[in-house]
Amino acid sequence: MCRLAAITSENYFSPLENVLALETMKEGHDGSGLGLGLKDLGGPFEEFKAFPIMSGCSSKKGIQMLDDYMQGQGFQLKFNWEPRLRKVAGMEVQPKDHYFARAYDYPDNFKDQDKDQQENLLLQTRLALRKLGEVDQSLFVFSFYPDVLFMKEIGDPLVLADFWGLDDAKLTARVVLAQGRQNTNYAIYLYACHPFFIQGYCTMTNGENTAFVPIKEYLLGRKKPGYIGYNSDSEVFTHILHYSNRELKFPLTYYKDIITPLKDKEIEARPDASALKLLKKSLRPLCIDGPNCVIGFTPDGSVFVVQDSKKLRPCMVGGVKGKYAFMSETCGVDRVMPERDRSKDINPMKYDMVIISPGAQEVRVWNQLHG
Amino acid sequence: MESATRLDVNHELTLQDFPYIVQWREDRCTRCGKCTAVCPQQAIEPSVFAQRLVYSQSDTPIPGVVRKVTHGIRQVTDIERYCVGCGICSLVCPNMAIAPFYNDKNKFLFHKNKDGSPYKRGGRRNDPTPSTLDKLKFTRISMLTDPALDAGRHEFHIRALLGRNLPPEQLPLREENGRLVSDENAFVPPVREIFPIRIGSMSIGALSPSMWEGLAMGITYLNEVEGMPVVMCSGEGGMPPRLLKSRFLKYFIPQIASGYFGWDEIIHSLPHMVEDPCAIEIKYGQGAKPGDGGLLMAYKVLKLIAGIRGVPMHVDLASPPTHQTKYSIEEAVAKMIQSMSMAWGFRVPVYPKISGSKTSQAVLNNLARNPYAAALCIDGEDGGTGAAYNVSMDKMGHPIASNIRDCYLDLVKQGKQNELPLIAAGGMGKTGNLAANAAAMIMLGASAVDIGKYILQAAGGCVGNEYNRCNLCNTGKCPRGITTQNPKLYRRLDPDKVAERVVEVFKSANVELKKIFAPMGRSTQLPIGMSDGLSAPDKAIADRLQITYAC
Repeated sequence: MCRLAAITSENYFSPLENVLALETMKEGHDGSGLGLGLKDLGGPFEEFKAFPIMSGCSSKKGIQMLDDYMQGQGFQLKFNWEPRLRKVAGMEVQPKDHYFARAYDYPDNFKDQDKDQQENLLLQTRLALRKLGEVDQSLFVFSFYPDVLFMKEIGDPLVLADFWGLDDAKLTARVVLAQGRQNTNYAIYLYACHPFFIQGYCTMTNGENTAFVPIKEYLLGRKKPGYIGYNSDSEVFTHILHYSNRELKFPLTYYKDIITPLKDKEIEARPDASALKLLKKSLRPLCIDGPNCVIGFTPDGSVFVVQDSKKLRPCMVGGVKGKYAFMSETCGVDRVMPERDRSKDINPMKYDMVIISPGAQEVRVWNQLHG
Repeated sequence: MESATRLDVNHELTLQDFPYIVQWREDRCTRCGKCTAVCPQQAIEPSVFAQRLVYSQSDTPIPGVVRKVTHGIRQVTDIERYCVGCGICSLVCPNMAIAPFYNDKNKFLFHKNKDGSPYKRGGRRNDPTPSTLDKLKFTRISMLTDPALDAGRHEFHIRALLGRNLPPEQLPLREENGRLVSDENAFVPPVREIFPIRIGSMSIGALSPSMWEGLAMGITYLNEVEGMPVVMCSGEGGMPPRLLKSRFLKYFIPQIASGYFGWDEIIHSLPHMVEDPCAIEIKYGQGAKPGDGGLLMAYKVLKLIAGIRGVPMHVDLASPPTHQTKYSIEEAVAKMIQSMSMAWGFRVPVYPKISGSKTSQAVLNNLARNPYAAALCIDGEDGGTGAAYNVSMDKMGHPIASNIRDCYLDLVKQGKQNELPLIAAGGMGKTGNLAANAAAMIMLGASAVDIGKYILQAAGGCVGNEYNRCNLCNTGKCPRGITTQNPKLYRRLDPDKVAERVVEVFKSANVELKKIFAPMGRSTQLPIGMSDGLSAPDKAIADRLQITYAC
């Protein structure tokens, strides 16, 4: 099993908080990897909010490839951040030469384009670099999007945090998703490490996706650039979110209705029953059937959690106005928010979708039965 | 010794040439005559045997001879009266004195073509080797990665969708105040939710009134009492008028085929229908005899059948191999689908059934572009039939597994795998593993499977097997009363008992499907195309089906 640790806050905080929460929940994960997803960046990135940030890791050769490619495309490097790597005991893999997050300015001919065109350019650029770097694994690119940064590596989360010097770095964000394990069901590989990201949407998952192959084949059939990879059975959760919210333009709560549709009798009681009946049939292959807890964020900075239809995986949401934690275990919430009122903790059950608005201002527990 | 040239029996066949040899035990036989009376083939007859007994009654052996005449049972060597191995003689024998045994060295096919008329029969393909489906195993078991589901405790929803599913982009949806609203006036193709195992097309005519009624009662009970939406296809031959006008019509799929038998009655019943049928199946082909038409032989066209079909009695009813009024795939398929859809105001899914063939994908791609096509049913070579030429049954056709898999993967490539459901038929449960075969087909890409022979065997007690046992379906002499129109024979079959068995079969298949899906972590949606769940012990099969090889 893996452990999830997400924090959303009105103030910037260090991703180290998430890593320490993962450490307290260590009995529940095997510490085989760490994925960090940061949104609404502070610290050195605060002044680059309008610029897309490329995050990833690479060898020396990879970074050269990245530079050549970006220059060729007309992107201008605005800012380059790399953690100061420390020598630590217990590293499981040979460290990469570079872990980077670089803010770029758009090529001239894209500066005045609308947001859609810019986002498509960013996606195509990320995909092209992934393809280039995957041949000899010299370059891994996790995201290329404004105000979003990802760091991933194989190994124990706490060791990696030390290796990257997260305690010392000024890297902060208002939303951080962290996951403490490598792949659940398939080979261990950096691109299989949660959280996954596409065009502003990010999710990480606890649990096996038993319907992985039919879902993957359905997504591949949408012919959308970016619906590729699937080194992890959990990557599809991110793409379903992207498909429903961005491509189909369905309100966020329909994500829950798509991945865990209600029973027909339950649908009858919903005010939007006739639409739901159509959706349930039309998007049937996207129904998840395994034990899954999905935590994610959307482009506007909302953070949410949904459970599978039998609620087979743990999650606890707790905090105070201005800062909330979504954790696989209560001890994780305790680590981040020790002084909250525990009686107000939310234990999302099978019908619930907990959505916390940007800046951790408003907590909404949306119940699927009532819509 | 007499010269062989003078043997006046030289033109006759020997018993060793026959597929079944009857073994009769003189010591047990009471000479009651039941076996000879019941034999559908008159393959055995009362006979007289002359015996010469040598014995001695004195203190010292002084052999004496007595000639005696005894009565017994003799198997005839007339090829027209060959023993089919049905074993009804054993069924009626009070003393276990008689039984047929399969003779694997028979030379039946060398001789069964008298008058230049090739051997025709009903039944199955007569291939006892394990089918591909029987070789497949379910190897992706979620154990520690997923707290496995409990087939007995968790809720399962084992349902297939029959009908054209629109992709989300084409749904008539708009957003209002954070909620999706559907436009009630927009046309959305009808989609039915059914149990993924259906009773495939077998007509009244092919089946006896008792058998058809038993099946119909069974599925009605499953729907109304057990809450299992099992549906059944009428086959080509119409349906009883009372049923057409009843509320139970929704559990039935009337089939239209190239002979249009029974459709006069159906069309005339239209204004009186209180429910829509589940769907309409247009038959273009049959897996057992692809490229050949339907055939109901004259012996089975008696009063009831002639009435329902609107034809004279005692004539062979041959449906042409194709729908002769239409000439191309565009016409034959698109126009038929349109006409049938229109007849029920586009409220009923309409789909074609074809025989498994290398050309299936051509039909599939035509259907994928036809927005009114509701599904594609493919009948593989292991399908059964009431009457066909032996050569068609044995040698023509395509196995179902790779045919469905190719079609599914073709749909996947087009991203339309949820839009056009595939229904697999032919050989489901061939060796009795119905649920396992159905689950394997579903994981290869089918939405549902059809059964025919399986339910005749399980619910009607059909004695046929892959060794050409019985297979008298075409002759009207079915000894179980399943495929005959002779009242003397079909009265043997109690429709209530058939219905009971139908219910038992589907309920147990439902439990078995759960027992397969639960450990694989699937419960709320049918695992259509979950090919990572399957393995084959044969590399060639695994490669061909694009599943893993496990040994």
